[in-house]
Amino acid sequence: MEALLKIENLSVGIKSPAGKVQAVRDVSFELHPGEVLAIVGESGCGKSMLCKAIMKLLPKSGKIEGGRILANGIDITNYSEKDMRKLRGKLFSFVFQDPMSALNPTIPIGQQIAEAILVHEPKLPKEQVYNRVISLMELVGIRQPHERYKLYPYNFSGGMRQRSVMAIALASNPKILLADEPTTALDVTIQAQILDLLKEIQVKLGTATILVSHDLGVVARCADRVAIMYAGKIVEIGTAEEIYYDPRHPYTWGLMQSLPALNKGRDELKTIPGMPPSLVNPPAHDAFAYRNEYALEMDYHQQPPMFQITDTHYAATWLLDPRAPKVAPPIGGKANV
Amino acid sequence: MSEILLDVQHLSHMFRLSKHAAIQAVDDVSFQIKKGEIFGLVGESGSGKSTVARCIMNVFKPTAGKILYHGINVCDPKEFRRNHKMLEATRQIIFQDSASSLNRRMTVADIIAEPMQIHRIKPPRGSYRAEGAFQLYYVGMDDSYLDKYPAELSGGQRQRVAIARALSMEPELLVADEPVASLDVSIQAQIINLFKHCNRDHGHTILFIAHDLSMVEYLCDRVGVMYRGKLVELAPTGELYANPQHPYTRALLSAIPIPDPIAERNRPKTEFDELSFDKDGVFTEMAPGHFVLRKENNR
Ligand SMILES: Nc1ncnc2c1ncn2[C@@H]1O[C@H](COP(=O)(O)OP(=O)(O)O)[C@@H](O)[C@H]1O
Ligand SMILES: Nc1ncnc2c1ncn2[C@@H]1O[C@H](COP(=O)(O)OP(=O)(O)O)[C@@H](O)[C@H]1O
Ligand SMILES: [Mg+2]
Ligand SMILES: [Mg+2]
Repeated sequence: MEALLKIENLSVGIKSPAGKVQAVRDVSFELHPGEVLAIVGESGCGKSMLCKAIMKLLPKSGKIEGGRILANGIDITNYSEKDMRKLRGKLFSFVFQDPMSALNPTIPIGQQIAEAILVHEPKLPKEQVYNRVISLMELVGIRQPHERYKLYPYNFSGGMRQRSVMAIALASNPKILLADEPTTALDVTIQAQILDLLKEIQVKLGTATILVSHDLGVVARCADRVAIMYAGKIVEIGTAEEIYYDPRHPYTWGLMQSLPALNKGRDELKTIPGMPPSLVNPPAHDAFAYRNEYALEMDYHQQPPMFQITDTHYAATWLLDPRAPKVAPPIGGKANV
Repeated sequence: MSEILLDVQHLSHMFRLSKHAAIQAVDDVSFQIKKGEIFGLVGESGSGKSTVARCIMNVFKPTAGKILYHGINVCDPKEFRRNHKMLEATRQIIFQDSASSLNRRMTVADIIAEPMQIHRIKPPRGSYRAEGAFQLYYVGMDDSYLDKYPAELSGGQRQRVAIARALSMEPELLVADEPVASLDVSIQAQIINLFKHCNRDHGHTILFIAHDLSMVEYLCDRVGVMYRGKLVELAPTGELYANPQHPYTRALLSAIPIPDPIAERNRPKTEFDELSFDKDGVFTEMAPGHFVLRKENNR
């Protein structure tokens, strides 16, 4: 299957008073039509910068320093803002954590969705725009859309606002939806509904989705594939089954083990000791070594390559080197829960 | 029979918005927390959890009801004034958004030491700085952070500083209002272990407020569920999870994500209307210690 989006060795640097932050370091992955790819990692590991780099929405201090972004086989890495404006919307749309920041508090919800439609189809007759707004509102699960068309964001609950943001994002019929922690600010019951909605949209519209989260528990519901990010790098990537039932990277083990659902009956929750390293001058060797109870001598000297486990499953840990001692994963197998 | 540290009786709190509009944020809520217990309070945002916490901490004056702490009615101005020092020193709160409650002009070391200095407590580890380093270490940060300012820290680090500050007082009652909601899962686990340790080894009683039921299940001895200002269910943790009675409790439980993709995909779609739960009825004991708000006619 041809990739909709192909990221090759992407690196992003951000200037800061403390020095250059290497927010994304040599990241490669593909996104296929109609799939949900989850990107999971602790905060500060570069998830948002990766998304912003893909959409070319980096802050002024940020810059793509290496690698390529291919959309439908076309290299867009050096596209100008003008070219990008055409692509955004048509090719990708985005949903961020805080729905309020994406909505204009002074304009009714329906009108905001209508405006998003008109950006991409300026000549669409009024009545058709209205009908599309209503069908979008229905699609994202806003009940009584006719009545709610004229309501303002402050009339809506947090969940309803995030649904509205999704409707705006989908107004342009994007091929790719980038959802950066779309449920982090929401209640669990609403979170479950939004995740179901993401899945439904993917099934109904075939939209490919990049779903960013810091919580492996949350993305199990709708991810087809999962990429684990640490200190600006993807350290493991595979199908959801591979990541949850056969994880190979000690960082993935750590993320899984700290979930309370996998600690039932234990006296203490398993934790990952320490904190992620600063991305100003990150270590040249394995950045996870200091926190890794399974670290090998080699981890302190050299960055591990991506070892291939299956056609779809890769992990960057020296434990997968044929010379490494065999370590039984502390977690995995179908009997997770 | 263990001693009751906190006794919340028919607590109600109303926010007046204008002459004609008011919000009944808390509506006739009663529960008790035993000494040495970790009590969980869960519910969706806006259900009144923080308002309960703030009434307990004397931030808000309740519209009705009483709150007894060590038998002292903290809502009574006279009793409050008479016991002011003890109440300030032995009760600590960690806010949901402690990041913004930290003094921006103070270093981490000073922030942690401030409550001890105010109450003229001699630092058990020699100096305030040593005490700060100790408390920081406890929340998983090293002493290189002592001289930093809040602006130089991440949200998670600021939250941990707020926790270190509260713990430095060795509080008898710690009210933690969604203390981990903004933190990474791995850091959440560190903080949760920390609360467990404080409870077990230092005997702190904890009111732990959360919207995430999975952490509550792991941490708390008993749990109360709030919905739109009402306490709709209260039970020992195991009992609540095994035998939830109120439809809202069931919805909350069914929404907990499971880190297992096949199980998740096979789970039925969540179908609950945001507006659909009943909050009328009488708080009834269904089983020993298990209370549910239910209409009397469906007994
Ligand atoms: N505007 C900025 N200026 C400087 N550094 C930044 C900026 N935004 C983010 N960073 C840094 O870039 C790194 C990656 O951040 P981000 O992509 O936001 O992480 P995540 O989304 O995974 O939490 C972090 O170390 C963060 O501190
Ligand atoms: N200071 C305030 N003024 C007016 N209304 C408030 C105030 N604080 C909270 N409320 C309202 O009271 C209700 C309960 O809020 P809160 O106790 O913060 O809930 P929770 O902590 O469960 O999210 C909500 O409807 C909220 O909007
Ligand atoms: Mg982010
Ligand atoms: Mg609150």
